[in-house]
Amino acid sequence: MADTEHFFTAAGAHRAGIRSFGNKVLNVVCVALALLTLIPLVSIVFLVLKNGLPLLTPAIFTELPPAAGQAGGGFGNAVVGTFQMVGIALAIAAPLGILSAVYINEYAPTSRLSNTVRFVAKLLTGIPSIICGVFAYAVIVLPKTGLIEAVQGWREGWFRDIALWIVTSLPSGFSAWAGGFALSILMLPTILITAEQALLGVSKAYREASYGLGATRFQTIWRIVLPDAVPAIMTGIMLSVARAAGETAPLIFTALFSQFWAQSLNEPTASLSVLIYNFSTLPYEHQQNMAWTASLVLVILVTISNVTAQVVFRKR
Amino acid sequence: MPISMESELKSPAADPSTASPEPRPDFIQVKDFNFFYGRKQALFDITMDIPERQVTAFIGPSGCGKSTLLRNFNRMNDLIDGTHHTGDITINGRSIYDPKLEIIALRRSIGMVFQKSNPFPKSIYENIVYSLRIAGRRNRKFLDETVERSLRGAALWDEVKDRLNESALGLSGGQMQRLCIARAIANNPEVLLMDEPCSALDPIATAKVEELIHELKKDFTIVIVTHNMQQATRCSDRTAFFYLGRLIEFDTTEKIFSNPSQKQTEDYITGRFG
Ligand SMILES: Nc1ncnc2c1ncn2[C@@H]1O[C@H](COP(=O)(O)OP(=O)(O)OP(=O)(O)O)[C@@H](O)[C@H]1O
Ligand SMILES: [Mg+2]
Repeated sequence: MADTEHFFTAAGAHRAGIRSFGNKVLNVVCVALALLTLIPLVSIVFLVLKNGLPLLTPAIFTELPPAAGQAGGGFGNAVVGTFQMVGIALAIAAPLGILSAVYINEYAPTSRLSNTVRFVAKLLTGIPSIICGVFAYAVIVLPKTGLIEAVQGWREGWFRDIALWIVTSLPSGFSAWAGGFALSILMLPTILITAEQALLGVSKAYREASYGLGATRFQTIWRIVLPDAVPAIMTGIMLSVARAAGETAPLIFTALFSQFWAQSLNEPTASLSVLIYNFSTLPYEHQQNMAWTASLVLVILVTISNVTAQVVFRKR
Repeated sequence: MPISMESELKSPAADPSTASPEPRPDFIQVKDFNFFYGRKQALFDITMDIPERQVTAFIGPSGCGKSTLLRNFNRMNDLIDGTHHTGDITINGRSIYDPKLEIIALRRSIGMVFQKSNPFPKSIYENIVYSLRIAGRRNRKFLDETVERSLRGAALWDEVKDRLNESALGLSGGQMQRLCIARAIANNPEVLLMDEPCSALDPIATAKVEELIHELKKDFTIVIVTHNMQQATRCSDRTAFFYLGRLIEFDTTEKIFSNPSQKQTEDYITGRFG
């Protein structure tokens, strides 16, 4: 039974009045709640700015972290380290994620393998970041330490020397490689899933037109599908970068920290997130302030990459 | 301007440059053709000869299999999982299901225009030369010539010649559809398949496309699906009426519309369908 609106009768007007009052209340409640969610966000930004700005000088980016209790210094090596490790992670996760997405969406959308990959990727997006760290620790950091110890136990001689040289030059142990690897595990599912969504979003009509003109599958993907999906894929990549850059847990086990400029990617490497973690727990005010400044730098970097994702790669 | 190209279907006799003025009456031959989407049979025992360099119209109620048959001519249905067929289709005497025939080459020698115009999100120029680029053609002069020839062929040149590098998505609906026609003829195909090319166009744009079809049939064998009876009478030489996956009647357009031999055809074209 339809509830007819008696617009011109007194009863109808009364009901409409109640409804519009209800609407107003709901509006007010919604606005209030929206403002409420803004409070933590605004206060974080405010706090980070207030505590971080005083030490934000160019020197921060060129100098090394001060020893405990010392004043001055900066965290240039941590900024560099964060860039290095996010870069390594990106170099691993982006091609792998995009190629997998192309495979599962374009080549075998309904195969069992594709469904498995999709399922695992969805599971992995929820994986606690610390697990990525532990995993990278187990497969990259540990084998080398273990190997070195094993080789050191050998009888002395040229054979042992060579073996030791090989083992120690493996890209493993606590290193930027290990840190980047851990971050890449964190990024991979996000990149894969957003890339697949991006490919799904490419109009079927484009593919039909391309095949109709005699293009191969590869040509269709390379010339039509991927270019059209790039903005959305890039958005996913930038978001995953933004997340990875701020992660501490995967790095504590893998890259550790370093007080010095890294000479190679094979040694313990500083990062902003681990520096924040280390310094904020020290009992020295200067170090704590420096942790705030590092937070500010991190927030700025993450914001830049988020905004880039939104603006530069927005779909035409 | 003879343009050499690797056309699988082109026999020396059919090459206009070596001039065989006699068009084949059975350029596209469909023989006892059945087609299935999974278990569902969409076409039943179709047998027909489509003549060369004429316009053949497919008409019939929605769902009767017009698009399905059309999309078999360039094997677009291969893209759909679980389809299969029995019987055969030959074009210029050669089976399109011949295992030695490359699908890519087949599609390159058959142009297709879709119901909804679907230009790529690229420039007008890049849309036209797409079929050449994927065939590995780079020569700038050749590409430029092709763009002009195709756009003139599609009666679009004068409207867009000053903005070839602008996005094709900025064109009007009618212009986009003519661009798709230009794109489809860029690689000098032998056959042009059009699936309701005017259904989204206004009368003026429709008239332009119909005029174009008239022009194009000098060079191409055209098969057009249409729901518009006037359109079929205006621009086709022969008309095939389909019903529930079967070919009911196939004859000259004049005969079909003035004196059909089947009652179902008559009911359909007079709108007394039910
Ligand atoms: N991809 C598909 N999978 C399964 N069945 C399909 C598919 N495409 C078409 N069909 C079925 O095949 C039959 C013929 O469809 P087709 O699209 O060829 O009809 P049509 O004559 O072109 O209709 P319309 O005039 O509406 O375009 C229909 O019953 C349709 O439901
Ligand atoms: Mg159709």
